[in-house]
Amino acid sequence: MMKLHDLLLQKRPAILEKWFQAALETYPADTSRFLRREKDRFANPVGHAISYGMEGLLDQLFDGNDSAKVSSLLDDIVRIRAVQDFSPSQAIGFIFTLKRIIRDVLQSEIRSGNASAEELFALEARIDSMALASFDIYMGCRETIYELKATQVKNATLKLLERTNLLTEMPEHEPDSNDDSDGK
Amino acid sequence: MGALVSFFAVVVLVAIVFVGVEAANLRYLFGVIIPYAALITFIAGFIYRIVIWARSPVPFRITTTCGQQKSHPWIKNDILDNPHSTIGVIGRMLLEVLLFRSLFRNTRLELRNGPKLAYEWEKWLWLAGLVFHWSFLVILVRHLRFFTEPVPVLIQALEGLDAFFQIGLPALYLSDAVILAAVTYLFLRRVLIPEIRYISLAADYFPLFLIFGLVLSGVLMRYFVRVDVVAIKELAMGLVAFRPSVPEGINVLFYIHLFLVSVLFAYFPFSKLMHLGGVFLSPTRNLANNNRMERHTNPWNYPVKVHTYEEYEDEFRDKMKAAGLPLEKE
Amino acid sequence: MSDIPEGTPKPEQLAQIRYKPPRRGWMDKPVELKKGTYCYSARSKFMEYLNLPNAREWNPTEGDWKLPADWKQTILDGMRERLTRFRSFRLFMDICVRCGACADKCHFFIGSGDPKNMPVLRAELLRSVYRNDFTAAGKILGRIAGARELTVDVLKEWYYYFYQCTECRRCSVYCPYGIDTAEITMLGRELLNLVGLNIGWTIEPCANCFRTGNHLGVQPHGFKDSIDFAVDELEEITGVRVEAPINKKGAEILFIAPSADYFASPHYYTLLGYLALFHEIGLDYTWSTYASEGGNFGLFTSHEMIKRLNAKMYAEAKRLGVKWILGGECGHMWRVVHQYMDTMNGPADFLEQPVSPVTGTRFENAKSTKMVHITEFTSDLIKNNKLKLDPSRNDHWRTTFHDSCNPARALGLFEEPRYVIKSVCNNFFEMPPNTIREHTFCCGSGAGLGNDENFEMRMRGGLPRANAVKYVNEKHDVNILLCICAIDKATLPVLMQYWVPGVEVGGIHEMVANALVMKGETKRETDMRGQPLNNAEEKEHV
Repeated sequence: MMKLHDLLLQKRPAILEKWFQAALETYPADTSRFLRREKDRFANPVGHAISYGMEGLLDQLFDGNDSAKVSSLLDDIVRIRAVQDFSPSQAIGFIFTLKRIIRDVLQSEIRSGNASAEELFALEARIDSMALASFDIYMGCRETIYELKATQVKNATLKLLERTNLLTEMPEHEPDSNDDSDGK
Repeated sequence: MGALVSFFAVVVLVAIVFVGVEAANLRYLFGVIIPYAALITFIAGFIYRIVIWARSPVPFRITTTCGQQKSHPWIKNDILDNPHSTIGVIGRMLLEVLLFRSLFRNTRLELRNGPKLAYEWEKWLWLAGLVFHWSFLVILVRHLRFFTEPVPVLIQALEGLDAFFQIGLPALYLSDAVILAAVTYLFLRRVLIPEIRYISLAADYFPLFLIFGLVLSGVLMRYFVRVDVVAIKELAMGLVAFRPSVPEGINVLFYIHLFLVSVLFAYFPFSKLMHLGGVFLSPTRNLANNNRMERHTNPWNYPVKVHTYEEYEDEFRDKMKAAGLPLEKE
Repeated sequence: MSDIPEGTPKPEQLAQIRYKPPRRGWMDKPVELKKGTYCYSARSKFMEYLNLPNAREWNPTEGDWKLPADWKQTILDGMRERLTRFRSFRLFMDICVRCGACADKCHFFIGSGDPKNMPVLRAELLRSVYRNDFTAAGKILGRIAGARELTVDVLKEWYYYFYQCTECRRCSVYCPYGIDTAEITMLGRELLNLVGLNIGWTIEPCANCFRTGNHLGVQPHGFKDSIDFAVDELEEITGVRVEAPINKKGAEILFIAPSADYFASPHYYTLLGYLALFHEIGLDYTWSTYASEGGNFGLFTSHEMIKRLNAKMYAEAKRLGVKWILGGECGHMWRVVHQYMDTMNGPADFLEQPVSPVTGTRFENAKSTKMVHITEFTSDLIKNNKLKLDPSRNDHWRTTFHDSCNPARALGLFEEPRYVIKSVCNNFFEMPPNTIREHTFCCGSGAGLGNDENFEMRMRGGLPRANAVKYVNEKHDVNILLCICAIDKATLPVLMQYWVPGVEVGGIHEMVANALVMKGETKRETDMRGQPLNNAEEKEHV
């Protein structure tokens, strides 16, 4: 019986490919092709963040256990999805998809008992914790958005707020006062 | 959808001429009348479109600057990508028209995996577009041999160059092979890349099919189906001399070729193919970025309602006075 | 997804939403206004103040947009008129071959993936109607020729997508025919204006600017108060009391900056920079309360509005009797000044060709318009050694430069700002080459889109820019993004806080002020932001 770790390393390219594909499928068809095709990380930041992030996450999942690194990789992906047209469940659903993909890829090994169920459960538990972490990140991103919306109003008028009564209110317009306000 | 419509349109065109020539024996129609009509339509339509464009003024000098402006003498001005003089504009336009400068601009730096630097070749569209247009021009010029007697040396030289590799007999023209490849690429690109398919209209596929049919019929005549070249030249010379006659024994393939080219010419002024003329008129490219050096005038510049200083001071005079700001009227 | 889930659906099932490729072509897909991605409508009082048509209260999310009864004829007539007035418009409607070179060049497409954000399709929204009503092929062949009828749905689509274009002109760099989507968007917005479809974030500043001379509606005494306040603050930092003349007749130079410079942060530090610089070189200049705004939201509204708001610059220069005009750090103001002002409101024959009073340099490139960009002016000062600079005072900044769209692609102002930055900062790092100069990515919030309701769209559109900043932030520890545009300074800080926390945003003349050694100054303890400077002793230990 092969150790799950070795199996995973062997199947890593297939897992990565399927996972990336699954994430792209959450975008409209025209977009997903662009995200896949365009290789330049500056011309295609979304596609780059997803593929680069997923590679790193698999490394961490299989070999590393650096929670700071995991957070930063998750952050790269989730931060983008938090401002795109996704509901929260769609935005972080790609993490859960990984469980299904690993099971699919290892299907025959699992059936034949080649993959240890315990090891698999342990792996899935770690994926779950990634999902929990990404939920925190998602919420953090949304909170940031609300905070930024509030503070940018403050910044835009910072120096004015320090002193008051400098703004003029546009007078409510009545049809017959039209000529007055135009200064004629 | 657009592709299918266009494909069948071209098939129908071929069928029309086939039936017309073979069944109805309308050789004079397809050999003389339609080519003349197409040419007249092309010339009149082309001029009409240019006149329509030219009649609209260029109210503002809006260039797209793609390089350093002319300012201090110690800063090097990018004369081709941001010209400030007529010479520069001519240079920019030559680059644009002859070498498709803007399409070439996609230099990309790939930094995807690790720190390794690699420049990606992102020039397929540029390359295909360039060889397509150049080979079309070469083919067009080559065809002048049918309309001239004796054939000018320049055209003969061009033919020699085009058949440089001396492959097969008759020698394969490079331009024939290249244009087929380029048209195929441009078509496949439109069909296979989703965002390009999404934006493509029937009007984008139609010229591609038309040109493909045109080239194919020409290639068949030259390399595979023997046609009576002497008779064809007789017909062509007759057209040029305005003494049209239709010699016997010309293969229907020739009429198909001639009809497709007639359709292309007649269709030209009413389609996007007018970019041939339009590219020369594009204000973002054919104007000098000398906006602050020389005043550009707008023929329809009309007076607008503004808020004058007097109106402004009238509204805020008291506050200005209290703040110690100078006033026009106390 | 046809199997019925047992019990509660699992998260992965919820996430398995597959977006079908749009089976029907784009023409039949009605627009859907999604929260966070569209702009609110303009209030009627501002519309009325500017005498704009169809002023009323309305809401884009409601079905009824309260259009005038003859809206369709109005739009078509408006199109006809503009086709005869703008060669660019007619040409750009006719010659596009849909090659797709522009498709992936738009920051909104890159960040959002919405196919209608591809520049070619944005233009096709208008072209389809043009073909239907103005071309023979469209009238005869209809759909096959890519024509479609103008309907309320089409109009809504225009509203959504023409206010989802920041007019940054990046796509026009790559177009083989030089088609300028910004111009198409501008004319599209003009058409929308004809039936009263305006957004609040452009019309309110326009109305304020028309009345008080600046976008925020700061009155003359308020303007003076702001400048006085800045003079006090500059004295606290430098120990030097500067003069800041306002509405002074007979000054040599009229200085016009975007109004954000004197009320918003971080623009304000750039204002301190102007004041310090002008004092140090003894410039005979004046501010103006009437022309207290360089920015011109008319550019995002209509050509007529550009002219109405811009007129005050020359009018005020004439009234004050100055010789020429100097313009501050602003992006779209410079597009207006460079490409429209002289044509619309010139000729400026009452002014003189600009000559730097300090170096004697004649600004040949501004001899007709008679307005000089501040970085052209300052780079000339530095080149001629007229400034005493201590760039080590900026050593706490590791800088990069964002080419703002308009100075980049409407002027080609690339080297002047870089020369100034490199002269006043020791640490300068360029972002990757396909994201700067003429290839520069927009902040994602220009052209009137920098409002709160559009926040998600702004974050998406700003991603390509932020991504390039992140790269130099990780590689070179860049901690400030310098720019010469007031909209950038207003919107890039939030973009950075979201995508690249830890990177600040600043202006070039803020850096100039930090480095500028002034006569009679006290020992500089802080930079313009009031942040303590590391003194020399400390630096040696670091």
